[in-house]
Amino acid sequence: MKPAAFDYVRAETLGEAIEVLAQHGGDARIIAGGQSLMAMLNMRLARPKVLIDIMRLRELDRIDSTSGSVKIGAGVRQAALLAWPELATSLPLLSKALPWTGHAQTRSRGTVCGSLAHADPSAELPLALVALGGELHLRSAGKQRKVAAREFFAGMMATARADDELIEAVSFPSGNARCAFREVARRHGDFAIVACAAVATKDGVRFAVGGVADVPTARDWPRLEGSALDDALNGFAHELDARDDVHATARYRRDLVRLIGRDLVREVLQ
Amino acid sequence: MANVQLTVNGKAVSADVEDRTLLVQLLRDHLGLTGTHVGCDTSQCGACIVHIDGRAVKSCTTLVGQVDGANITTIEGISKGDELHPMQAAFRDNHGLQCGYCTPGMIMSAIDIVNRYGADLDEDTVRHELEGNICRCTGYHNIVKSVLDAASRMKLSIAAE
Repeated sequence: MKPAAFDYVRAETLGEAIEVLAQHGGDARIIAGGQSLMAMLNMRLARPKVLIDIMRLRELDRIDSTSGSVKIGAGVRQAALLAWPELATSLPLLSKALPWTGHAQTRSRGTVCGSLAHADPSAELPLALVALGGELHLRSAGKQRKVAAREFFAGMMATARADDELIEAVSFPSGNARCAFREVARRHGDFAIVACAAVATKDGVRFAVGGVADVPTARDWPRLEGSALDDALNGFAHELDARDDVHATARYRRDLVRLIGRDLVREVLQ
Repeated sequence: MANVQLTVNGKAVSADVEDRTLLVQLLRDHLGLTGTHVGCDTSQCGACIVHIDGRAVKSCTTLVGQVDGANITTIEGISKGDELHPMQAAFRDNHGLQCGYCTPGMIMSAIDIVNRYGADLDEDTVRHELEGNICRCTGYHNIVKSVLDAASRMKLSIAAE
């Protein structure tokens, strides 16, 4: 057996999932597609006593598009979002970034909210959420709250979700076509060495970087060009406090932030 | 312990398994279907790919409980008796395998790719879609050739049916 022993509970209602979660708190984990959590269980990096499966909850398997935002339920698989006909017009940044999330064979199981819950600092979906300024919908027994992306990601694989809270859905602001995404990884589909997203804002640009700091990190800048842009990118690259690891040196990561950043910011400010 | 009921290669299966049992363990250890391989246990290498309700999925990161009631197809379930599936035949004819360890996962992935893309399949698409399958022998060239060859054979066999 690969994972340590646990009790598997297939929730039949949202109420049941929240009740079991309230009972067991930090000893329980929610499982959706399992494409992050199952690897953690197999390596015994995670050893929950109870696993609560939410994938039979039909109410979580929906994409709701309203004016200004798209709400994606916790049961929506990445492949389903990628196949959503409105993706390119409603969430253009996601239509660019999502093909970089894992592979077709993991996107067929993995969910959008599951990747956010896992909060790997080099994952594409958390980066896109921070770049667009989206929010998470959290629910516990008798309580619901929304948490902005920047507050949600609290550290490497750590989030602001309390032990008894379930991520019910995520909302992405929709419609901003002036956006760009680029990633450097050893292989397409691997976790990013550096991933960057740029989004045009009212006054200028928001530029976000994943894979360097412990959490995806964004900066809002006015319309910058020339050496002012270079200086801003250089300052940001150093503030991200890059580290050397087996995949790349800190210096290489800073180089990528500066080079990709210049391209992407120019592209969206054109 | 839990009882799960699913369909594997067209046969109804009922098994009493520990909650932590992975789908690949059910297939290999309980049902003796050892054609599905275990490589990395972390959904990276693709040796364990099977079809769950027609879609390619990594069975090492799928719990049996999650697929209760589902329809599973493994490498053992794709040929018609002695007649190889067109994808298997294309891998044989194009020398699409060497040691063979990745091959069951490659073939199950490749069938899903052809099912999804049909006649629109080109080399770039095949290479991109096979990113979830690692081969350490072939350099992928003959695998891609096999998939493209099979795509045209599968189109013909669908047309013939």
